[in-house]
Amino acid sequence: MTAQRLQIVLNGSSITLKSSSLSDLVDSLNLTNARYAVEVNQEIIPKSAIADYTLTNNDVVEIVIAVGGG
Amino acid sequence: MDTLTIGSRTFNSRLLVGTGKYKDFTETQEAVEASGAEIVTVAIRRTNIGQEQGPNLLEFINPNTTTILPNTAGCYTITDAVRTCQLARELLDGHDLVKLEVLGDEKTLFPNMSQTIEAAKILIEDGFQVMVYCTDDPIACQELDDLGCVSIMPLASPIGSGLGITNPYNIQIILENATKPIIVDAGVGTASDAAIAMELGCDGVLMNTAIAEAKKPVLMASAMRKAIESGREAFLAGRMSKRLYASKSSPGDGTID
Repeated sequence: MTAQRLQIVLNGSSITLKSSSLSDLVDSLNLTNARYAVEVNQEIIPKSAIADYTLTNNDVVEIVIAVGGG
Repeated sequence: MDTLTIGSRTFNSRLLVGTGKYKDFTETQEAVEASGAEIVTVAIRRTNIGQEQGPNLLEFINPNTTTILPNTAGCYTITDAVRTCQLARELLDGHDLVKLEVLGDEKTLFPNMSQTIEAAKILIEDGFQVMVYCTDDPIACQELDDLGCVSIMPLASPIGSGLGITNPYNIQIILENATKPIIVDAGVGTASDAAIAMELGCDGVLMNTAIAEAKKPVLMASAMRKAIESGREAFLAGRMSKRLYASKSSPGDGTID
């Protein structure tokens, strides 16, 4: 039996995930040095809540960082 | 001490700088340091997926000497601007000072003022201290001031244009009515433009492209620092009045025969 796969939209791109854990997704992006913020379906997920957050099919996730700008 | 107070924060420098368009983060860092700026703007963008994450801008900005000012550049709707500020607050651990811009058009990057005003109301209600990019329309500036923005930031000319202060008379009217710091945001091209803004009585100037697109950005950052300081001092000193004809500087009497 294959593992349950999850289809989500991450930063505008459709992707398939093996894990429904939001922190697994964040970890996979290697954001170790960056400060970032996460939004799921237009709701901010505080950093303290990421570890316990479970994604569901068709979730729309945004992960942002600070970049140069004026 | 001639300080600048914006909302709950007080600064010594009246030059605010952006971090866009530099060739690398080292140059950004050197330019920010040479500018003496204590408020530094950043944009909030999606991380690149499936790419190596390089160094991060925030590692190059000294948190002890600078206040980060996240902007809503690139937002064309109230919703996007508000969401971007909320993401920035989360990203910066509860930081509440933001630069609001709701743009109306790709080509001019002029703000959409009706949406800017609505977004400002929502953000203030949500606890943000809002510095607001706006047109140099005195009525719109007054409205933003009345509704509680902590700084009103009229454009001098379009973002990145380098055209300088195109309507000094509007800026003068805006300054007369203001109860919050007026910071010229956008359009400055070179040091004299910054000095003119300060001589008019503006409380500060925010710029990015004028420094980043100079042939030597770090040197231009230093020039801008001096222009802001000298323009401010000239404003405080109060300029002489203009007269049509000459007026001797040396005594008329006692010249040799």
